[in-house]
Amino acid sequence: MWKNIYLWLDERIGFNDFYKNLLDRPEPKTSWWNTLGSASMFLFVLQGLTGIFLTVYYTPSPDHAYDSVNYIMEGVAFGWLIRGIHHWGATLMVILVFVHMLRVFYTASFKYPRELTWLIGIGLFLTTLGMGFTGYLLPWNQKAFWATTVGTQIAGTAPYIGEFILKALRGGPDLSALTLQRFFSAHIWIIPAILAALIGVHLFLIIKHGESHWPKKED
Amino acid sequence: MSDSHELSRRDFIKVTTGIVGGLIGTMIGLPSVFYLIDPAFKEGGKEAWIPIGKFEDMQVGMPYPFSFTRVQVNGWERTASSFGGYAVRKSDDPDELLILNSRCTHLACTVNWSVDANAFICPCHDAKFSMEGEVLDGPPPRALDIYEEHRITEDGIIEIFFKEA
Ligand code: HEM
Ligand code: FES
Repeated sequence: MWKNIYLWLDERIGFNDFYKNLLDRPEPKTSWWNTLGSASMFLFVLQGLTGIFLTVYYTPSPDHAYDSVNYIMEGVAFGWLIRGIHHWGATLMVILVFVHMLRVFYTASFKYPRELTWLIGIGLFLTTLGMGFTGYLLPWNQKAFWATTVGTQIAGTAPYIGEFILKALRGGPDLSALTLQRFFSAHIWIIPAILAALIGVHLFLIIKHGESHWPKKED
Repeated sequence: MSDSHELSRRDFIKVTTGIVGGLIGTMIGLPSVFYLIDPAFKEGGKEAWIPIGKFEDMQVGMPYPFSFTRVQVNGWERTASSFGGYAVRKSDDPDELLILNSRCTHLACTVNWSVDANAFICPCHDAKFSMEGEVLDGPPPRALDIYEEHRITEDGIIEIFFKEA
């Protein structure tokens, strides 16, 4: 019976086509370095899941942010685990994405026809950094506060539009409740949405072109 | 390499991926479930004896009002909640005190003793309760709640036993 259900669904959805094109697609002989993109994507999903769980207890308000993080660490079962994964996963993701980018660079995989994949990749790298930057403020402790003060101040040194950028980032001239709230919004809605969309296009292009060959001596 | 060898290699990868994925899934999934439902396991119910007034100040036929606040810690936040009631004295025996909760059993407004009406009146939907807390009139489904346990101290102060929800 299951087989019939499967066949019925497959006829309409086409699991098998998905399977063939996504997981069973031909690959040139490659190396472990080619797994870094998938590893980055795995971390993106993991960060998404643990992040969703964190919002169950986290509060983005100057009065309660610090206490709520404390509560997650000490008052909730496995809170330390969920936050720990999200915390270390964030660092690991930046590193992985960067090494993935290096591998694409060293194997010269950014050349025709994969220039767009590379450009989207740059967007992915920048948004990943953006996740780190916005996420760092959320615990609202001393380190977070001053790191963001410095970070936004640096953005503020841009010529002519510096002050405008600074105010736009902070939601005003100083770090305040508005800063925390907009960093939170950016961290859980805006940037992840952009990341997800970029990953979608990135993957589409990768599947369309197939993986590039590992360069040989002659190349 | 023979065909069957190629196949078994693929199956090996499928099975390993399944097992490793399942392991990671459970290792993170199970704790996540506990993380989510953790508040349901928390023991509330802190207990305390709360002084409400001197027995000698309570007069027969005249419900004696009292109120107190408790601070509850909910996660990272402290909330002060107020409670109140009336001690209804019947005799010289402190054990016979009837201690009513002034929270209306209809929709939780606070009832007040009215000398004119000789009843507890609820301001919200005009309910009336007798001095013993019985419903006389209005929508409440049952009599006023009572604080079951009380005691008297050596100094003649009445204390009620209070347990947080
Ligand atoms: C969130 C970050 C990223 C994710 C989830 C991601 C995901 C992937 C995946 C799954 C692949 C195919 C497997 C592989 O080659 O590893 C891939 C390939 C590729 N990525 Fe990324 N990537 C990310 C960031 C970047 C960055 C920062 C760049 C460069 C600026 C980049 C450029 C490329 C290129 C050009 C390919 C094609 C490589 C080839 O065909 O050999 N990606 N990416
Ligand atoms: S709440 Fe008291 S009568 Fe409705």
